[in-house]
Amino acid sequence: MDTRVTKKKLGLKERYAAMTRGLGWETTYQPMDKVFPYDKYEGIKIHDWDKWEDPFRLTMDAYWKYQGEKEKKLYAVIEAFAQNNGQLGVTDARYINALKLFIQGVTPLEYYAHRGFAHVGRQFTGEGARVAAQMQSVDELRHYQTETHAISHYNKYFNGMHQSSHWFDRVWYLSVPKSFFEDAITGGPFEFLVAVSFSFEYVLTNLLFVPFMSGAAHNGDMSTVTFGFSAQSDESRHMTLGIECIKFLLEQDPANVPIVQKWIDKWFWRGYRLLTLVAMMQDYMLPKRVMSWKEAWEMYAEDNGGALFKDLARYGIREPAGWKQACEGKDHISHQAWNTFYNYNAAAPFHTWVPSEEEMQWLSEKYPDSFDKYYRPRLEYFREQQQAGNRFYNKTLPMLCTTCQIPMLFTEEGDPSQICYRDSDYLGNKYHFCSDHCKGIFDDEPEKYIQSWLPVHQIYQGNCFKPGTDPTAEGFDPLMAVLDYYEMNVGRDNFDFEGSEDQKNFAAWRGEALKGEAK
Amino acid sequence: MSVVALKPYDFPMKDVRENFPAPLLYIGWEEHLMFCAPFCLPLPPDTPFGALATAVLPGIFGYHPDFARIDWDQVEWKKNGQPWKPDSAKSLADNGLTHKDAIRFRTPGLTGIKGSFS
Repeated sequence: MDTRVTKKKLGLKERYAAMTRGLGWETTYQPMDKVFPYDKYEGIKIHDWDKWEDPFRLTMDAYWKYQGEKEKKLYAVIEAFAQNNGQLGVTDARYINALKLFIQGVTPLEYYAHRGFAHVGRQFTGEGARVAAQMQSVDELRHYQTETHAISHYNKYFNGMHQSSHWFDRVWYLSVPKSFFEDAITGGPFEFLVAVSFSFEYVLTNLLFVPFMSGAAHNGDMSTVTFGFSAQSDESRHMTLGIECIKFLLEQDPANVPIVQKWIDKWFWRGYRLLTLVAMMQDYMLPKRVMSWKEAWEMYAEDNGGALFKDLARYGIREPAGWKQACEGKDHISHQAWNTFYNYNAAAPFHTWVPSEEEMQWLSEKYPDSFDKYYRPRLEYFREQQQAGNRFYNKTLPMLCTTCQIPMLFTEEGDPSQICYRDSDYLGNKYHFCSDHCKGIFDDEPEKYIQSWLPVHQIYQGNCFKPGTDPTAEGFDPLMAVLDYYEMNVGRDNFDFEGSEDQKNFAAWRGEALKGEAK
Repeated sequence: MSVVALKPYDFPMKDVRENFPAPLLYIGWEEHLMFCAPFCLPLPPDTPFGALATAVLPGIFGYHPDFARIDWDQVEWKKNGQPWKPDSAKSLADNGLTHKDAIRFRTPGLTGIKGSFS
């Protein structure tokens, strides 16, 4: 018998090199620039793509193995949750509204991220970057699917989740996340990386995933916690890739620094505006609170982000242009956003409510400088009116910011009593913005934002009615026609939580009487 | 062209005047942020400015307890951020308002629910 020769196994480093390098080739019968038109035109200079290193040295074969194991665990938990009627174990049916926000506004972004990374994975000439982008593309698609699967269980029992994909392209407030990602994927591939891998994944996703998932855990929603953990291990990899990619760009050529800085300024601000939704979720939508938005901002943005930008200073990068204003907003944006959804709850497919006295007490403690002075009186007034049968529903459409597409709800820096108005003229047309930074983003590339699909303007242009709708017919109700176009179930998906079907069903399933009802 | 792109980047403006049945006017009530944002309204240009206070604004701001207390002679106006004195007898167009102008009004002495600017 011959002696068995054991092949020497490759070390991690060699293995990574073997699985990621040498996978590309120089084209011969078509010029390289024609086959790869995208990785030069933004002005980013790359001299040596081999310097791109995946910090995890992750290769495709290892990737399938890890992800396969994670999927098995995740689906085991989701199944057990469903079999045990886990939806009855959450703290309160109000909590479900955080999940509605997630499936409506966050999950579709995973799909956009998948598309974006698939695109850059095809377009970069460097093989290491292409492999990393392709794996992230698969991750994002997986997140879209697992989140949809996990939340579909709740969809069997609660309203406000049945048309999330349809809503994403139509419902007014969902134009905010949608426009963020459409802006990113229609930029060049390097701008996309700075927007998503760096500004969003690295600087801001902690603020998204940690509060959402700890909120789920505190409120008894183990299914969501599990998809959160399953996604979070990928997110950590994405974050590390994000910082590596920015360092790679900065180290390749000093001429890249000002281009990257401009993108950081833009995408930090766009991401910060988008996270307004998370701020209100954290302070208002979790029956059991984890930490306030302000505390989360101080920990993840001011402390971690501050250290990051100090670290990047050696490349000539400074903190994003809107940093100071973003920090100032920590006392206000969650309250201002909740007020907006309370105003427009006839047209938003989730429920809102006035916080209980105990919850307001918590908000007073967490926001000693702002809550009692500016926000409590209006909430108390809303509560009085609601109890008197005069619940406020704002039915007149709001003015929107052309850049972030959020209603003009943000106040002036240093003066929470004044709405911040900014405007620009472009080719004889006027455009309005919620802040200096949204105005700056527009002024830099007006050609891009003059195409903004602003929901309010689209409604007034008659583009948000179903085909065959006749707005001149007698008794035509534009709001109802728009809600019909959204395919919202009026009276079930929308309006105040008090008196909602979700509230009644949840109480009935748990054998509880509603407050004020005789047992 | 300021957008960096592979090819010429030229797309129509989505919100030009011709796309709407009437010019848009944005209206905000200062220091009354219970209404979360200023409003956006398509208004015929021949609407008399004075009709705002009597016919348009009550429907959109009337829910607020301060609204009935407004002394319209004391109201301070701004147009696109600048102090402005409209003539209530003249039309919106004759007051110089064009598509997508933003006006706001301040009601001295009235600062919202319990003075909270709400």
